[in-house]
Amino acid sequence: MTELKVTFKEFRNDVAPNWCPGCGDFAVLAAMQRAFANLGLTPEQVAVVSGIGCSGRISGYIHTYGFHGTHGRALALAQGLKIANRDLVVVASGGDGDGYAIGMNHTIHAIRRNIDLTYIVMDNQIYGLTKGQTSPRSQMGFQTKSTPKGSIESPLAPLQMALAAGATFVAQGFSSDVNQLVAIIEAGIRHPGFAMINVFSPCVTFNKINTYDWFREHVVPVETIEGYDPHDRNKAMQALMETDGMLTGIIYQDPDSVSYEDRIPGFQKTPLVKQPLKLERAEFEALVAEFM
Amino acid sequence: MVDQLSWKVGGQQGEGIEKPGDLFATALNRLGYYLYGYRHFSSRIKGGHTNNKIRVSIRPVRALSDDLDILVAFDQETIDLNARELRKGGVVIADAKWNPRLPEGVGDVRLISVPFTSIAQELGSTLMKNMVAVGATVGLMDLPVEPFQEVVTELWGRKGATVVEKNMQAIARGAEFVRRELGGPLDEFRLAPADGKRRLFMIGNEALALGAIAAGARFMAAYPITPASEIMEYLIKVLPQFGGTVIQTEDEIAAVTMAIGANYGGARAFTASAGPGLSLMTEAIGLAGMTETPVVIVDTQRGGPSTGLPTKQEQSDINAMIYSTHGEIPKIVIAPSTVEECFYDMAEAFNLAEEYQVPVIVLTDLALSLGKQTVEPLDYDRVEIRRGKYLGDTELPERERLDLFKRYELTADGVSPRPIPGQKYGIHHVTGVEHNEVGRPSEGAANRKQMMDKRLRKLQGFRLKNPINVHAPHEAPDVLFVGINSSEGVIREAIERLEAEGVKANHIQIRQVHPFPADDVRPYVERAEQVIVVEQNATAQLAHLLILHVGYREKIHNILKYDGNPFLPREIFEQAKGLLKTKELI
Repeated sequence: MTELKVTFKEFRNDVAPNWCPGCGDFAVLAAMQRAFANLGLTPEQVAVVSGIGCSGRISGYIHTYGFHGTHGRALALAQGLKIANRDLVVVASGGDGDGYAIGMNHTIHAIRRNIDLTYIVMDNQIYGLTKGQTSPRSQMGFQTKSTPKGSIESPLAPLQMALAAGATFVAQGFSSDVNQLVAIIEAGIRHPGFAMINVFSPCVTFNKINTYDWFREHVVPVETIEGYDPHDRNKAMQALMETDGMLTGIIYQDPDSVSYEDRIPGFQKTPLVKQPLKLERAEFEALVAEFM
Repeated sequence: MVDQLSWKVGGQQGEGIEKPGDLFATALNRLGYYLYGYRHFSSRIKGGHTNNKIRVSIRPVRALSDDLDILVAFDQETIDLNARELRKGGVVIADAKWNPRLPEGVGDVRLISVPFTSIAQELGSTLMKNMVAVGATVGLMDLPVEPFQEVVTELWGRKGATVVEKNMQAIARGAEFVRRELGGPLDEFRLAPADGKRRLFMIGNEALALGAIAAGARFMAAYPITPASEIMEYLIKVLPQFGGTVIQTEDEIAAVTMAIGANYGGARAFTASAGPGLSLMTEAIGLAGMTETPVVIVDTQRGGPSTGLPTKQEQSDINAMIYSTHGEIPKIVIAPSTVEECFYDMAEAFNLAEEYQVPVIVLTDLALSLGKQTVEPLDYDRVEIRRGKYLGDTELPERERLDLFKRYELTADGVSPRPIPGQKYGIHHVTGVEHNEVGRPSEGAANRKQMMDKRLRKLQGFRLKNPINVHAPHEAPDVLFVGINSSEGVIREAIERLEAEGVKANHIQIRQVHPFPADDVRPYVERAEQVIVVEQNATAQLAHLLILHVGYREKIHNILKYDGNPFLPREIFEQAKGLLKTKELI
């Protein structure tokens, strides 16, 4: 008998996304489905945890376990879930507002912690679901409903920030290069630790500046840099600075990354959820005896 | 001989005055005495007055005493601030080094200057002045020195036999000095012998942590805060032996949300904090309510609002715990009154959270969370594990690929079956958006109403096994006292004094705060001539709950305290007497 091969169709469901036609998030959804299939995962082995915003809806558009939580807190949910069940493949996702504004605190600390999960940020430099306000990724001078005279705040550089926070895996994709994105997500899931993936995912409705064409003109795939070494943190930082953050591909990966779970004293390979709840009486009595 | 004594040690924060208090109390606990302690401290590391008041008795005690028998002072400020609390004939023991004196107007108190520092120096280190002070107390109370050997060995055994020996000498020298000074034992400081039984000696926070472990919680996410941190600190120490872990998060939002994520994953996980942390958690509590994800949250109340009085006693989060979070969710709030109840209620909280798939808040207060006291044996057989409609251990029947599991199935009791991620044939969606039976967003009016009704139906008729603690000897009492959390013992003592003056008083302590156990409370309110609600806040939050759910506004009175200090029996006794006089009951 031949083994049945998992295809990306296993990860499709029957919900029509309510994203605008042409939205960059469609490509991210497709890339996730293909990456899961390529890794031979089954839908029940995966949990997609998402935040709030257009992109946050992604957990409902994919046939896996899914948790659509509160704004900016996808990573907190995802980390708790992974601690409970380390056998799961946990993918957290959301937009640039979700991860870099309201959820920035969690983003930085999730990076530091290095729990084995994959974080995909659909970065469109705008607030779409609330119909067009500035985001922490909006360029200086960018005109939106909340910045009618142009943004006067400096845009955040998420991947430089991730490197500075000690990220062990940093990558950037672009919605019009799905093959690259699939490869990045696969590598991110395989990475033992926190994988930070920023994806340029254009908003075709509210962002008329950072369009597909604009990105095509500006992105710099790492392959185009001669002798690029993704294991060199300093070079990665330098390349990001030199390209003004437009570098795409796997930008940095620490080959010696050890996940948080593997550093926890006494933490077992068997997931917490599969361990007995009840203590042995002798164990309980020993704990209590400490208070005599 | 006396049945009980009250002892206080005070000094500058950060100078290790916790040690003598702890040592003294632990040794007495092992002799079979009952203890009840309260630490007065400030939100700073070094400096500022701090003290530890410990009541010792041959009978169970669950309250501080009005006055003080012995004050051990490590500085003049301790005497200045606390000497007035001493009863007539009380004793101050202070270090001769700084020429202690009694403040003006403090009469009939004896000051014994003991060369703490010079004795310690003679023994090799001024650090041992604490032990000389303990010894001075031992001398005053005419206690044997031997029971201290065991505790001293536990404390300093690691540092070698010489250190243990030196510290024991310090205790002996302190005792000897005071014995000589007194000429002979004073009967009023000699405790009647205790039963010699070994009992637990612990704080509420430790009991909460033990309850969580006993319930199977193997993951806690928390952010440090007074007065909750001991829960995480204890678990950080012991959880690794059971394969579990604690994550110290970046804030309380992450803490509670991680706990929710872990519960969604099928683990038993929780968080603990105090008012400021709970304020940050309100968003996530709504998420847990909406997504029907179990989660247990401990709120150790302290003085509010805002940063408030971080190290002081208050009970002002009652309303916030019942009502906070926008929209309407089912939620359970329980309030243990004793350290034992901290253990049992915490363990039970995990069952309730899973059986009803709701957030459960375990409410304590600072005096309960941090007050170290003698605790009756914890009965492990009373800890049950009930997971309700949890399906994580079950093999689910096969279903069509896109036929999602009805995680929010409309059921008669409102509670739906709960598979966990990783399970085959259990795939469903979870969202904080209003959703349908499989968890997909749905804004339809009919669905909305059904789902709201379903969630709220879960707690209709909810009742804890013991929703109130009842002490009601009278069929038709003059007064019913109502309290919450740590006030049970102090109310009971006030009642003893009122009874001695002929007042017939019943007492209930509210353990199930929300949903309010109106049917359990009502008969006691009905039968009482008057009702006095004793609580530590300024706006009578508990009394208002009583009025809202039970009525009888005209006979409900308040004794409130919100100065940061726990009630003393005298305060309740006198105010109650005043109230009852007005009503011409006495």
